[in-house]
Amino acid sequence: MADTAAVSHGHGTGTGLSDNKLLMWVFLGSECLLFGGLISTYLIYRSRFGDGPAPGDIFDIPFTSVSSFVLLMSSLTMVLALSALQRGDIRNNRIWLLTTALLGSLFIGGQVYEFTTFVREGLGYSTSPFSSAFFTLTGFHGVHVSLGILMLMSLLISSLRGTLTKERSETVEIIGLYWHFVDVVWIFIFTVIYLVPSPTS
Amino acid sequence: MSDVTELETPGGSIGVYTRPKANTGWRDWITTVDHKKIGILYGATAMFFFAIGGLEALLIRLQLATPDGTVLGADTYNRVFTMHGVTMVFLVIMPLAAAFANYLLPLQIGARDVAFPRMNALSFWIFLAGGLFLNMAWIVGDAPDGGWFAYAPNTGMIFSPGKGMDYYAIGLQITGIASLISAMNLIVTVLNMRAPGMTLFKMPVFTWMILVVQFLLLFAVPVITVALFLLLFDRNFGANFFNPEMGADPLLWQHLFWIFGHPEVYILILPSFGIISEVIPTFSRKPLFGYPFMVFSGIAIGFMGWGVWAHHMFVSGIGPISVAAFSVSTMFIAVPTGVKILNWLATMWGGRIRFNTPMLFASGVVSMFTIGGLSGVTHSVAPADTQQTDTYYIVAHFHYVIFGGALLGIFAGFYFWWPKVFGHLLDEKWGKWNFWLMIVGFNMTFGPMHILGLQGMSRRIDSYSPGFGFEFWNMFASIGAFIIALGVAVFMVNVVISARRARTAPPVGLDPWDARSPEWFSPNPTPVHNFDEDIQINSLDEFWHRKYGEDEDGRVVRVATAEEVCQDGSATDTHLPSPSYWPVVLAAGLPFIGFGLMYTLWFCVLGGALVLMAIYGWIFEPVDDPDGPHGHGHHGNEPTEGPLSEGSADDASVESAEEAPVG
Amino acid sequence: MSTATESPVESHEAAHEEGHEHPSDRRYIQVAAILAIVTALEVGTYFVDMPGEVLIPMLMAMMIYKFFYVAAWFMHLRFDSPLFTKFFVAGLVLATTVYGITLTVFEFWHKG
Repeated sequence: MADTAAVSHGHGTGTGLSDNKLLMWVFLGSECLLFGGLISTYLIYRSRFGDGPAPGDIFDIPFTSVSSFVLLMSSLTMVLALSALQRGDIRNNRIWLLTTALLGSLFIGGQVYEFTTFVREGLGYSTSPFSSAFFTLTGFHGVHVSLGILMLMSLLISSLRGTLTKERSETVEIIGLYWHFVDVVWIFIFTVIYLVPSPTS
Repeated sequence: MSDVTELETPGGSIGVYTRPKANTGWRDWITTVDHKKIGILYGATAMFFFAIGGLEALLIRLQLATPDGTVLGADTYNRVFTMHGVTMVFLVIMPLAAAFANYLLPLQIGARDVAFPRMNALSFWIFLAGGLFLNMAWIVGDAPDGGWFAYAPNTGMIFSPGKGMDYYAIGLQITGIASLISAMNLIVTVLNMRAPGMTLFKMPVFTWMILVVQFLLLFAVPVITVALFLLLFDRNFGANFFNPEMGADPLLWQHLFWIFGHPEVYILILPSFGIISEVIPTFSRKPLFGYPFMVFSGIAIGFMGWGVWAHHMFVSGIGPISVAAFSVSTMFIAVPTGVKILNWLATMWGGRIRFNTPMLFASGVVSMFTIGGLSGVTHSVAPADTQQTDTYYIVAHFHYVIFGGALLGIFAGFYFWWPKVFGHLLDEKWGKWNFWLMIVGFNMTFGPMHILGLQGMSRRIDSYSPGFGFEFWNMFASIGAFIIALGVAVFMVNVVISARRARTAPPVGLDPWDARSPEWFSPNPTPVHNFDEDIQINSLDEFWHRKYGEDEDGRVVRVATAEEVCQDGSATDTHLPSPSYWPVVLAAGLPFIGFGLMYTLWFCVLGGALVLMAIYGWIFEPVDDPDGPHGHGHHGNEPTEGPLSEGSADDASVESAEEAPVG
Repeated sequence: MSTATESPVESHEAAHEEGHEHPSDRRYIQVAAILAIVTALEVGTYFVDMPGEVLIPMLMAMMIYKFFYVAAWFMHLRFDSPLFTKFFVAGLVLATTVYGITLTVFEFWHKG
């Protein structure tokens, strides 16, 4: 995020809203179409598992529930990080940013474990349309989370260097919006892909 | 275009993080963030690709001039017609629209630049990178050959084993990023940077159409992004998205492609609709008939365009219910377009029309698009389309709407806004030759294709056999194609001759066309800072209403000269956004990542490093510094850049007194 | 700048929030607690036998509820300009419509 200060365009005609924040919301609107496409592809292919494992056979709901809960809580810590900075509480801002990044990493760790387990159990990327669609969808989501973690670490570093001040809380807010969006996508994925009963072989 | 102002660098330059300061020469163009220069870059680059796509077209027509043609082998033909389509859609029409949007949109809303100037530059450089990447395929001898629509599984590894379709997929992913970034930028610009008093319904129609297009891009590009990723993963990582042997459904590709593809055709046409909505009122000396209808019909087309995509799939086996539903929805979308045609005609009716070249091209759009639209309506009738599809009847339709509609509109824009951009007019006599050669050649080429199609000539195939009666019209069409080429050549000659003449001729002066919209408030060519001061907008066509009032009998009378109404471009204290190296560096990294995916992973590392370095440099480069490039003009409300540097140097409240004018 | 309609209880509590539009940390934690409970309920359905016609609507409802709460409170939509909500909802509605139609063409709803 390069242009982070809230921009006022003076006495022109505008929405009165920050350019950067508007940019992020516009971007999130487009991301709905991206994830929608991947989710639809998965839904169309979830029953096409060929001779390989079926989703109903291979998903580990208890495990995924825990990692979903972890990601959900990371949204809480994200908003606490923002709230701290808005109050000028730099120390807690750092603590909550770090916690969010750690929780996100824990989620990614869980995904990695889940994927490697699936591979060991016979569900590879090329096994079937179901497997390709599953790994692609969750993989894209994981990449989004990972990019979010990188952004959080960058914020943390800038905070440690003393340049993430209360005046710049909008930067944290905007990265928070991205983070919450990624969480919200997972809320959708967890329910629709995991919890809704899947075909079994 | 570059203003020769003296530039002082502030004391705090940090080596590579210094903002560049060239304002002339190639370094200026590489680091510019000025929307006007970026617009010119888009235009020039697109015309270069137009020449390439045009050559590809001529090769096609040479091959098809006679039955069992031997100019191109089947394999080469497939590559040529694929690249012709890909080039014309993604590397010509879209960037030409971007050229106009970039140059004009800030001017039409009275702004100094777009909301995110560096991102704007980034969009251009990424587009260029993607266009060059795609055409690299020719150089390595493996151009994509699956059609611009790239239907799977034909484009999968089994049937397209080379690298061609990877060039296609990666190249389009790259250009897609450019479009998406630009869409976000322009949406924020229109929403937040309009002149005082310019409510949305006082914006010019061109600006409105561009805004609708940005929303279409915003939502459509992610869909083709998904499709292209799935294709890349099938081809390179063993995925099973389109492999029927593993249980996949090839129709998935078609749906994803056309969910993007149909909004895409409205992305192609709406900018030209916007252009002629400025040209026709100017040259009819009448306001646009039914402005609210023009705006709402544009929005309606934007919405409805999402509900018709499977009319490209009527014979693909989606079943009668789906076919019927999409047939009906496609019929409905003719309505808002019809509204526009009627409104342009009503604008011309009763006007005192001047048929300068821009108006000739605009009239060409109205007439040619009507023809293309009518054939489109015949496609919407699904049983009829069953005969038409995959024949030259379809080829006729889309060339009438894209060439006759979008491209002629762009040429109207060239002739209309050339003085605004370059400070001189294009020659009228050459312009008329340009127009007539193009329109005659165009109708010769594509008119007969309606007949050929209904007679059963297949499309997407390298040759046809003798004895079917296709010979005459194919030869006729091929001759027409060369007449088009001649027309385009005349345009190029016009550009050169007019530029040469302008060196010794008197300057074009203010408001050469007696136009209506706000971009004409500034002198020609547009000064680097755009406007001397904010323009107070009280109505649509504000520029016109300052020049003309009504007398007691309600007749239109001139109340002010152009000199009185226009600004003189002489203000001296605007901040301009500082130039930057990083957009071009970031863009350069992307093709390397692409090559890495296809050849060796080391390229990915190199490309990734460039991208990361550029992002880092972008974030850390110094703010728009107060001693940076100054144009002349109204001190602005510049975005501050660089989040981690010392506080914002320019508040909206900083007055000109505090900024020493820099020489 | 509150954009959602609030129940009397909520607006009473909102009035106590530090006098500006940002919810208190306590509020955020309450929202998170609700989200956690709903998640637990969702997961709970995995262990209970019930027919699909009951289960799926229930899961959808819970999912939408969570989605809404994260968007309204954590993403601050409830307190921000309605324009942000409009952009987000536009993307959601368009995606749902377009992909919903696609799934229909694939006969997903009865073939699954």
